[in-house]
Amino acid sequence: MKNPLDSLWGTVISGLVLTLILYNIVQFALR
Amino acid sequence: MMDFIQLGIGRWLHIISGVMWIGLLYYFNFVQVPALADAGKDGTGAGITKHVAPRALFWFRWAAVATWLFGALLLGAGFMKAFFFMDRAFYAIGIGAWLGTIMLFNVWVLIWPNQQKILGMKPASDEEKAKARRVAFLASRTNTALSIPMLFFMAAAGHQGIFFGS
Repeated sequence: MKNPLDSLWGTVISGLVLTLILYNIVQFALR
Repeated sequence: MMDFIQLGIGRWLHIISGVMWIGLLYYFNFVQVPALADAGKDGTGAGITKHVAPRALFWFRWAAVATWLFGALLLGAGFMKAFFFMDRAFYAIGIGAWLGTIMLFNVWVLIWPNQQKILGMKPASDEEKAKARRVAFLASRTNTALSIPMLFFMAAAGHQGIFFGS
């Protein structure tokens, strides 16, 4: 599998996905 | 008066140094790396590696330290609460602080020592330089990816009600 960090768009999308995951974790913890 | 210095001036300086750090990080990833790839094809990259990259790296790595220190000043007594998630009000800033800390580690442990080899500031064989190039590149790209949630949680920390409805 290609490393997403090798492309700029892959890097940005990885950051957005991580944001979504962490957002949901914090949202769940604050319930 | 103490609040003004810690929470007012401290926040201002945290943002200024953070803009310089992340601004240069984005410059490296969105401008310099693709520019050097093109310059490599016609052999015009020497000016960038000799005059631009060392200066950009200087401000980049010290801005990273300043950002972290002003962030720590801002957290003050809440430092432990943020890093160890001891208080609900510090959950968002805790995530942001951890991401920023990982990024600072990447700058000083993975990016800077390897850039010194790449730019010829430290002796290295061609094989070591090739390895250094890959490690520094991936650490820089990792920081670019981490900066996205880091900035989200920095923004969310002061507005937890809007971002999380609590």
